Amino acid sequence: MQNTPVTESENDRAIEAERELVAEILAGNDERYYELIAPIERRVYYTAYAILRTVADAEEVSQEAILKGFRGLRTFRGEARFSSWLLSIVANEARMRLRQRREVSLELLRSPDNEDEYTPIELAEWREIAVEALAQKELAAHLEEALEALPEIYREVLIVRDIDGLNIAETSAALEISVPAVKTRLLRARLMVRDYFVSRSWASHPGSGKAQS
Amino acid sequence: MITLSCEEVRREISNYLDDDISPRMRRLLETHLEQCRRCAVLLDSTHNVLVLLANEQRFELPTGFGRRVRQMLAEEFEKAKR
Repeated sequence: MQNTPVTESENDRAIEAERELVAEILAGNDERYYELIAPIERRVYYTAYAILRTVADAEEVSQEAILKGFRGLRTFRGEARFSSWLLSIVANEARMRLRQRREVSLELLRSPDNEDEYTPIELAEWREIAVEALAQKELAAHLEEALEALPEIYREVLIVRDIDGLNIAETSAALEISVPAVKTRLLRARLMVRDYFVSRSWASHPGSGKAQS
Repeated sequence: MITLSCEEVRREISNYLDDDISPRMRRLLETHLEQCRRCAVLLDSTHNVLVLLANEQRFELPTGFGRRVRQMLAEEFEKAKR
């Protein structure tokens, strides 16, 4: 299954356009940096928010990362997408902030055992997750709740990979965890979010009854 | 013929969705999926989750976020010029 609708050449063209834009900014056309930021603002903020869980910290870290991106633009090599590069910076900054916060509160890092043992809820009968039935606003709230319920190590992988769209290798680098760990956590995170909606769709369709297994 | 257990399929679902899987494993998986409804449902519903997550419009920005970013950058650009 091909998950990304973007073709290789489209991607190449976008990278090329970005490279030109970066060159212009570096040549002194600072204002054009907005053009790099505008399309990814939401993801920047949401990445910081998903890791930090407070609005004020998330905004502060977003701003810092965006600023860092501008000041360090010279070090952006243009091999990856700008978005991947900047979102890695955001994830990194947010995790650093979280660590500082922990040092203060002496909170221990959560590391659940049996990282790869997770059994998803089984559906015996064919059934779509009833997300289509939910209003957009409601859906956003559910998604937020589902993400909120994830242990941190799963949430951060899911955000960076599935919302930010970084590839596996980039996700591994951004979060400083091994590629196998990214894959294991990603599987678990995706199944957990999926199960959140599966259990919800049962709840919202009481008449259809729970599937027999 | 070698077949995969549901357990093995489950472990590969994420890699399959990422297209990060060997051609041999893909064949084995697809053979299993054709015959096992439960795993097909699991795959389909997990795929739905990815579609949901990929739509960043679902995530709201705090009011005025974009404006504050622009203001912060404008100050930075000013500083850079001086």
